[in-house]
Amino acid sequence: MRALFSKLITFLGTEPYRLVVALLAIVGFVALNAAYLVWVERKAAGRFQRRPGPTEVGPAGLLQPVADGLKLMAKQLIVPAGADATLFRAAPLLVMAPVLMGLAVIPFGPGLAARNLNVGLLMIFALGSINVMALMVGGWSSRNKYAMMSAARVVSQNVAYEIPMLLVVITMIMATGTTDLSQIVLQQAGPFWHWNLFRVWVNPLMPVTFLIFYICMLEETNRAPFDMAEAESELVAGAYTEYGGMGFGVFFMAEYANIVLGCSLATVLFLGGWQSPFGLLPGLLWFLIKMYFLVFSVVWVRWTFPRTQFYRLLNLSWKLLIPASLFTLILSAAMIKILRALS
Amino acid sequence: MNLLREIYGGLKSLLIGLWITIGQFFKSAVTVRYPHQALKIPLRYRGHIELVGDPARGKPLCFVCKLCERACPSDCISVEGVKLEGDRRKSVTTYKLDFTKCSLCGSCVEVCREGAIRFSRDYNLAGLTKEEFLMDLVQRFQAQQAGAKSEARGAKPEVLAGPKAKPAEAAEPKPEGPLAGAAANGGSAP
Repeated sequence: MRALFSKLITFLGTEPYRLVVALLAIVGFVALNAAYLVWVERKAAGRFQRRPGPTEVGPAGLLQPVADGLKLMAKQLIVPAGADATLFRAAPLLVMAPVLMGLAVIPFGPGLAARNLNVGLLMIFALGSINVMALMVGGWSSRNKYAMMSAARVVSQNVAYEIPMLLVVITMIMATGTTDLSQIVLQQAGPFWHWNLFRVWVNPLMPVTFLIFYICMLEETNRAPFDMAEAESELVAGAYTEYGGMGFGVFFMAEYANIVLGCSLATVLFLGGWQSPFGLLPGLLWFLIKMYFLVFSVVWVRWTFPRTQFYRLLNLSWKLLIPASLFTLILSAAMIKILRALS
Repeated sequence: MNLLREIYGGLKSLLIGLWITIGQFFKSAVTVRYPHQALKIPLRYRGHIELVGDPARGKPLCFVCKLCERACPSDCISVEGVKLEGDRRKSVTTYKLDFTKCSLCGSCVEVCREGAIRFSRDYNLAGLTKEEFLMDLVQRFQAQQAGAKSEARGAKPEVLAGPKAKPAEAAEPKPEGPLAGAAANGGSAP
């Protein structure tokens, strides 16, 4: 039995099958997360507001995502008259696909990455930029001027925040000297002060760098307090106004999948990935603990802070985050140069 | 320097905000799970009017003086009755209340010398047709009499915040209710 099992594992480990297994695992992981993060979000929102949250469907409302999914799938997919039908249908897929592809290079545990690219970090950000374009496509192809305007807001917002995000990532690449995510995690082995977040001897402003990354991540995923794209209480559904049923559902799932990807990336870059701070428990578990703590903090932030105004959002990026991230970039470059010269 | 102070102050206020919300996160819910649980309705709650029974006879106290009918500014009450053999007073046979017009002003309750009508504490007033609000209070009274007997045996819905009020208490309202009760126990969850 055991021999058969190990044979199966080696068989699935060989090239074409490994790819299929990894694909299924990632799609399953994303789908499960997207469904149950909605539940977590609603439950946590309830807790923050001193109410129980969903309770009716299943024990503690655990079947709520299933009920929501069935409801969305039962709805008709309407393409508005005069809309660009192909682009309209393609937009939700374009939002979802980059996230799935991005997760392929995330190391969930030691040796547990679907594809260990040496330019993994670069690939995630290259694909991440498709996300903005897909929202634009969704707004544009709807043939609805309000959706179009919302899409324009999303683009101006995401462009503004992609700059500090990338500057921070360049700082991290300089500090670690690699874009291979597994390598970045391996460098952070040992006690928790080896995590990049606390590596103040490379860059004394490392916690600030993390904060900038976190703010940009919130913004890139269009989460409150930066959820201008889909400000539920002000706009109908922003760029998704014309979408109904599972078309809207996929946009929604992509939002949560993006949060998972962003938090995974923050874990890998700053919190030591699957490295355990004490040596207890397997690496995968530590990765998930760190990532879900960040995911929870995203929910926590959403139910704490009110939505900002649009010009404040742009001011924060252009007047504060970009200068600050440029400063950390130059500072860490200087620090690396000085440290090299000394040693 | 000013900018740095502003950033520091802003970050600090954000962290304080997060600290406050996480404090709420670990406290118990203050809401009542309504269809499963219900708050006690205050004694002075003004539902639509209902007939008060005479405990000795098991019949309504009303003897069809029609003062309420005349007192009603919205003209939504019409009472009819008969004089039964051997009775000193008339007995009510139909007490029609058109609740679609009633403004709950309470003139009918004030004017009633016998105390034969009072505000009910029925707050689940929703219907699909207008006819559901053209009520006959005599029929309602009889249904209530029958229900009171079966309710003594069957299960009652869970009522929070204090003991269930007896009908005698309901007739003379006291300044208490869920609000007063909540204030007494510090506004914490029931």
